[in-house]
Amino acid sequence: MKIYVNGQQKNFEATEICLTSLIEKLALNEKKFAIEYNGEIISKSNFSQTFLKEGDKLEIVVAVGGG
Amino acid sequence: MESDKFLIAGKHYLSRLLVGTGKYKDFKETQTAISESGAEIVTVAIRRTNIGQDIKEESLLDFIPKEKYTYLPNTAGCYTKDDAIRTLRLARELLDGHNLVKLEVLGDPNTLYPNVVETVEAAKVLIKEGFDVMVYTSDDPIIAKQLEDIGCCAIMPLASLIGSGMGILNPHNLEIIIDNAKVPVIVDAGVGTASDAVIAMELGCDGVLMNTAIAAADNPILMAAAMKKAIESGREAFLAGRMKKKFYQADPSSPTSGLIK
Repeated sequence: MKIYVNGQQKNFEATEICLTSLIEKLALNEKKFAIEYNGEIISKSNFSQTFLKEGDKLEIVVAVGGG
Repeated sequence: MESDKFLIAGKHYLSRLLVGTGKYKDFKETQTAISESGAEIVTVAIRRTNIGQDIKEESLLDFIPKEKYTYLPNTAGCYTKDDAIRTLRLARELLDGHNLVKLEVLGDPNTLYPNVVETVEAAKVLIKEGFDVMVYTSDDPIIAKQLEDIGCCAIMPLASLIGSGMGILNPHNLEIIIDNAKVPVIVDAGVGTASDAVIAMELGCDGVLMNTAIAAADNPILMAAAMKKAIESGREAFLAGRMKKKFYQADPSSPTSGLIK
């Protein structure tokens, strides 16, 4: 299954992956971040019920230095 | 000046200096400079995270704790209203429902001059969605008034181009904006050194937002301390009310009588 995370293509063998397990795979679980899933913001409480499918587009953002 | 509090979106602040967190050497320098500046409101940018990163990689927010500072997520780098709105919706999710934001919609990558048409449209949508919008704009008094009428909680005209350090190029436009406004007016962008910040405050601005003037100084920590004093000094001079200028006519400060003969 191919998905796009921050513009990069990612391939996963498993067919059933929820956002919670994706975050663990990407080693983001300790970070403060927000996710846009196919253009919609997904709150953390819905991560475990959101399962990825072929072609999904995710944006994962953090706060960085800026003026 | 305990009594001279500064009110933004219903919250009082003691410091009228707002600072950015970009362009520092490292997070430690960011933290020390911000602490020296005395600022309570700090801007942050929202960006894609690195994928496959080191789990122990440090994060900006660990160095500027939310217990101590009010975050002001910005839309730097956005050139359309849609990108700006999308960025701030993500910021609100990221910062646990935080509504205070800095809206800037840029018009051109060379000058980073604001696109005020897109800015007005973005502000309307964001305010409807419950955001408290502090808005970066040009020093056009008509646009500034429109942004206030829409419901922006602070109007933030440029002094000169972002990161240029050119200082206040049109003090008279800023005065018109200040005279017309019932919400705080904060000079955002263009301040280069302490005297620029003093001038902004003496004009009657409610505050100044800066980043590069501190971060790009040879000694950012010392410049942060200088800016803190500049803001306080300019504010006090404004409140004190300056003497009238007398053109081509001196007025001695010492008594003219009792001179020895």
